[in-house]
Amino acid sequence: MQYRTKYNNPSVARKLTLWEKLYIPEVIRGMITTFKHLFRPKFTRQYPEERWDAPASFRGRPVLVMEDNGVERCVACGLCSRVCPPLAIEVRASETELLKERYPVVFEINMLRCIFCGYCEEVCPEEAIIMSKEYELSFRDPSEGIFGKDKLLVPKAELQERLDYLAKMRN
Amino acid sequence: MVIEALIKIAIVLFVVLTGVSYTVLVERWVCAWVQDRIGPNRVGPLGLFQPLADVLKLLLKEDIEPLMAQKWFHWVAPVISIAVAFSVLAIVPFGHVLMLGNHAIPLTIASGINIGVLYIVALTSLGVYGITLAGWSSGSKYSLLGGLRSSAQMISYELTLGLGLLSVIMLSGSLDLNTIINSQAQGLWNVVRAPLGFLLFFVSSFAETNRQPFDLPEAEPELVGGYHTEYSSMKFALFFLAEYANIITASAVMTVLFFGGWHLPFVDQLGLSSLAMTIIGVLAFALKVIGLLFVFIWVRWTVPRFRYDQLMNLGWKVLLPLGILNIILTAFEKIYLIA
Repeated sequence: MQYRTKYNNPSVARKLTLWEKLYIPEVIRGMITTFKHLFRPKFTRQYPEERWDAPASFRGRPVLVMEDNGVERCVACGLCSRVCPPLAIEVRASETELLKERYPVVFEINMLRCIFCGYCEEVCPEEAIIMSKEYELSFRDPSEGIFGKDKLLVPKAELQERLDYLAKMRN
Repeated sequence: MVIEALIKIAIVLFVVLTGVSYTVLVERWVCAWVQDRIGPNRVGPLGLFQPLADVLKLLLKEDIEPLMAQKWFHWVAPVISIAVAFSVLAIVPFGHVLMLGNHAIPLTIASGINIGVLYIVALTSLGVYGITLAGWSSGSKYSLLGGLRSSAQMISYELTLGLGLLSVIMLSGSLDLNTIINSQAQGLWNVVRAPLGFLLFFVSSFAETNRQPFDLPEAEPELVGGYHTEYSSMKFALFFLAEYANIITASAVMTVLFFGGWHLPFVDQLGLSSLAMTIIGVLAFALKVIGLLFVFIWVRWTVPRFRYDQLMNLGWKVLLPLGILNIILTAFEKIYLIA
């Protein structure tokens, strides 16, 4: 019985030489290859001990940028909440005496919903919500998955790499 | 006499069962290294307790019996597999005679059997019943296909296995394993005297033990798990055990038939005591078996699985004629070169 596949189609397949048709020498050649691989350096990362340092382009969990005076950049315009495909972001705005006039009283991201698409970062006019490098997210209870301002606010200094990357890529 | 045999059985069973679990570990290591990964290294130092964890896991699993299964055959199939795999070891001589004072203990469980080769051939043929019954009695299409494949494959390759064996029998003129080893100790190892016979035996023992590249009865991408799809818990573990026990048995038999068993060249000229000779013999045997086991694993992670038609073509159109040619060549060798 002959199956029609790419490999026995004469127009595609290469004709095997007699040496290759003998099969055993080719098997031995393959075995030499695999034997060499026994001693190659391994690719495996020993995860919990050896962690991956993400590059600046990595989209980890979204965070809010905290300026040096301890106030978030966010002006609670609600665009991120509007654009978020899985409806994970909730923003409740209020007024403030500061120059920016508006600030979010409540800013919550449901991390069980978040799909790490980065639309919130892209749409934000103030560069106030950006994607961080954090990829280790696990919860014991669904309620732990809702991150409020306490967890979202990260000092600007820690996010400098991503901010530089954004500045570079946007211009 | 009986106690002696029982002690030997206990020792051999212990060694082989430990060997099986560690073969699995080594298989996983070699697999990982070939693919540039690290492999199991978490359970205990270097992952050496991994087999214990595996066994514990299998023991604690629920034993599921499918509704459509033939209960009795479903239960008896793994038992047949494991029993056959272990009983071949009864006649494998893993060393020469151990002298305790004036008392000679032959290092074979069932010593003095003069038809050892026949016993091996008969029992390895029985192994197919375990797999075929498992496939049929599970009442599942995947299992049935696996079982059918295995019976076709084993019947095809048994011929080649027998023809490869025949050259050994012709060269040593005996069916007794000890005589075969002695004839190799006096002359050359059979792997040198009958290389084609060894190749045939080697290739078909891959098919007989359902190993890659001939693991069509399992063929996990096509048949889920083949004949053991519907098995779980210890019944599955028995099949698993039988597979690896078969590999160890095949390596041991190959060592005896083609690699001179416990014989190492030039050691008998060193003038060591008989006890030292026996220990060296057992170690040499173990080393040869381990080497062959490694080759089994090594081939598995190198050669891709054959297609079913390729398997049958290879068996009937290539290996069988080669086997007949091998007999003629061996006959010439026996008449003109050795005699």
